[in-house]
Amino acid sequence: MTRVMSTDSPDKSAAAAEAKPVTMAAALNQALADSLAADERVVVFGEDVGTLGGVFRVTDGLAGRFGERRVFDTPLAEAGIVGTAIGMAMNGLVPVVEMQFDAFGYPAFEQVTSHLAKLHNRTRGRLALPVVIRVPFGGGIGGVEHHSDSSEAYYTHTPGLRVVTPGTPADAYLLLRQAIACPDPVLFFEPKRRYWSRETVVLSTDGPPIDRAVVRRPGRDVTLIAYGGMVATAMEAASEAVSEGWDVEVIDLRSLSPFDEETVAASVRRTGRAVIVHEAAGFGGYGAEVAARLTERCFHYLEAPILRVTGFDIPYPPPHLERFHLPNTDRILDAIARLQWEDEDRG
Amino acid sequence: MKTQYARRSEATAAGTLLPSATPLQLIDADGHPGDNPGSLRLPGPDVLVELHRRMVLGRRFDSQSTALAKQGRLAVYPSSRGQDACQVGAALALRRQDWLFPTYRDSMAVLTRGVPAEETLTLLRGDWHCGYDPVQYRVAPQCTPLATNTLHAVGLGYAATLKNEDQVALALLGDGATSEGDTHEALNFAGVWKAPVVFLVQNNGYAISVPLAKQTAAPTLAAKGIGYGIPSLLIDGNDAAAVYAAVRAGVSRAAAGEGPTLIEAITYRVEAHTNADDASRYRASAEVSEWLSRDPIARLEAYLRGAGLLDDASAARLAAEAERLAEDVRQRMNADVSVDPAELFEHVYARPTAALERQRAELLAELSELEEPAL
Repeated sequence: MTRVMSTDSPDKSAAAAEAKPVTMAAALNQALADSLAADERVVVFGEDVGTLGGVFRVTDGLAGRFGERRVFDTPLAEAGIVGTAIGMAMNGLVPVVEMQFDAFGYPAFEQVTSHLAKLHNRTRGRLALPVVIRVPFGGGIGGVEHHSDSSEAYYTHTPGLRVVTPGTPADAYLLLRQAIACPDPVLFFEPKRRYWSRETVVLSTDGPPIDRAVVRRPGRDVTLIAYGGMVATAMEAASEAVSEGWDVEVIDLRSLSPFDEETVAASVRRTGRAVIVHEAAGFGGYGAEVAARLTERCFHYLEAPILRVTGFDIPYPPPHLERFHLPNTDRILDAIARLQWEDEDRG
Repeated sequence: MKTQYARRSEATAAGTLLPSATPLQLIDADGHPGDNPGSLRLPGPDVLVELHRRMVLGRRFDSQSTALAKQGRLAVYPSSRGQDACQVGAALALRRQDWLFPTYRDSMAVLTRGVPAEETLTLLRGDWHCGYDPVQYRVAPQCTPLATNTLHAVGLGYAATLKNEDQVALALLGDGATSEGDTHEALNFAGVWKAPVVFLVQNNGYAISVPLAKQTAAPTLAAKGIGYGIPSLLIDGNDAAAVYAAVRAGVSRAAAGEGPTLIEAITYRVEAHTNADDASRYRASAEVSEWLSRDPIARLEAYLRGAGLLDDASAARLAAEAERLAEDVRQRMNADVSVDPAELFEHVYARPTAALERQRAELLAELSELEEPAL
C-alpha cells in the first residue's frame, strides 16, 4: 500500500472547475471522499457514519461509494473507536474516526492522551499514528446538554497531538486533507454551527500548511484572534467596527497546537492591540495561553492589555439560554472599546 | 427487524460458546496426563521441550530482574514468576506474522517472542521509550494503563482483515483488567467485527491486593465471552502445554476467519505486585506455598523425564544456558546508562515543532552552562 497524496487527479479536476457555493459539511464530505480516493490506506469509521452518513451528514454517501471495508459503522463506544483506530494505524492504515459530539468524545480520553499522543514518542519514532479524530464541537445550534461543548483545550494541553479547526468551508476542505496526510495524530474540531455556512469557492489542497494561521482580514488598529466557529463572528465584528473607526485585523488560527506564534505575534506587533475570542470557558482556556505567549513576545509593542472574549465559566447552557453565553459581535466590540484608546491620539 | 433478531440468536446458540466448568488440563501438577483435556490436543515433543526450555530461561531472567530491581538497577520490576506457563505458552503459540500485545507484567512473554533481554527491560530500567522496535518483533510496547492494549489488538487484527492479510493479534490481560471498560469494548468490537484476536486473561488471583471475589460476580472470567458472542476456554494456566494448545487453537480459528477467542488461564503471581509491594498484607504464605507446589516448570519437567525427553545432562546444559542469560542481563543492566535529554524532544511529533526546538535549545544551553568549568 502506497500513499498517494496531495495534488492528484481529484484536485486537478477541481482546479479546472468553476467556483460553486459549498457548505462546510459538503466541503468536509468532499475532503473525505478525495482522501479515500487518493490513499487506499484511509478508512473512515464511527457511530452512524456508514449507512446514515453521519448525524450531520458529513460522511453522506461515502459507504456506498467506497464500500463497507473503507467506511463503516461501529458499536457505540468511543474508547473502542479510538483504541481500535490506534491498532489499525499500527498495522498501516490511516483511520479517520468521528466522535459524534464533543462531549461524547470524553470516554475516549484515556486512549487519546495515554496512547494516541504518546506512542510515537515511546517507540522512539518507530510507530507512526496518522489518526484523525473528527470532533463536531461548540454551540449555537440549540443542542441539549452535552451537545455543545468546546473541548479543544483538553487536547491542546497534551503534547504529541495536533489540534486544528477550520473557520470556512474552503479551509475545512484544505485542513481535513492536510490532517489526513499528516503523520501525527490530529484532533480535527468542526464548528457545528458553521456546517451549513456557504462559501463560493473552488475546493483545493493549495493553501497554507497545516500549522499556519492566516490573516482573514487585514487591519491596522487591533488584532482579533479567533478560530473555528468564532472566525465568522470575528469577521462580522470587524465589519461593524469600521463605523466605530477601528480597522480590525482578523486572524484565523486554524492550528491550535502547534500555535503559529510567528504569524500572530507579527500581527500584534503591527497593531499593538489584541483580543482573543473563543466559545470555551475563559478560565484555563486556550485564550489564556495565547495571551501569555503574546505578552512574552510582544510586551513592548502592546498599547493595552490583551483581552479575552469567551464563554462564561459555566456548564454550557441549554438552548433557550445559549445566546447569553456565546461571544457575539457586541461583546467583541465592547472588548475592543476597552483597549485604552483614550491614551492614544487617534485621527 | 424481528426476523433478524431471531436469526442472530439461532446462529449463536449459547451452548457452543460456554467454557467448561473446570479448567482444561493436558499435564497435571504431578506431570501426568491431565484428566480434563477437553478439545485441547497435546503439542508434539519438540514443542514440549521448547516450552520447558523457554520457561527455564524465562524464570531465570525473571528472578534476575527481580534482583536487579532490589539493587536499584531497574526502576521497577513486575514479576511474572508463577505465570511462566502463560507467558511462554502464549508467546510460542504465535506465528511469525502475528502480533503480541503485552502488559507490564509480561516481560517473559516479550523475551520469549525474541526481543533481546536488554531491550525488554529498557522501560522498566527507567528510560523514556519501550526499548525495542515493535514492528521488527511484532510486539507492541508493554502497556501500563490496564486493558487499553486489548483495543489496540482488535484494531490491528481487524486492519489485517481489511487488508486481506493473515495475521492474528494476541492480547494479554489480567483478572483486574477484565473490570475495565476497555476490555468490554474490545471483546464487543472483536465479536461484532469477527476480528482475528485471541484474548488471554491470566487470572493470577489478585489485582495488586484485591482478590478476584471483589473483582467480579461472574462464575468465571471465561464465562463472560458468551455476552459478546465469543467462544471461550477455561484452562489450567500453570500447564504450559494447555496454554500453548489453547492459544494455538485460538490463532487457528482467527486465521480461518472464525473470529476471536477468549481464554481464561488460572495461574498465580508468586512474587508481590512489584518490588515496591508487600504481599504479606493481603495474602497468607500458606496460599503461596500451595501454589508453589503446582509449579509450571516442575510439572513439565516431570512429564518430559517420564517421556524420556529430558535427562540430567540436558537439564544441566539448560541450567548453564540460563545462567549465561542471567550473567548477560546482569552485565548489561549494571553498565551505566547513557542518557540524552535532547532526545526527549525528538519524537513527540514526526518532526519537532518550532516551540519544541526552542525548548530543546534552552535545555541544552542550561546544561552547557552547568558543564562549564568553574573559574
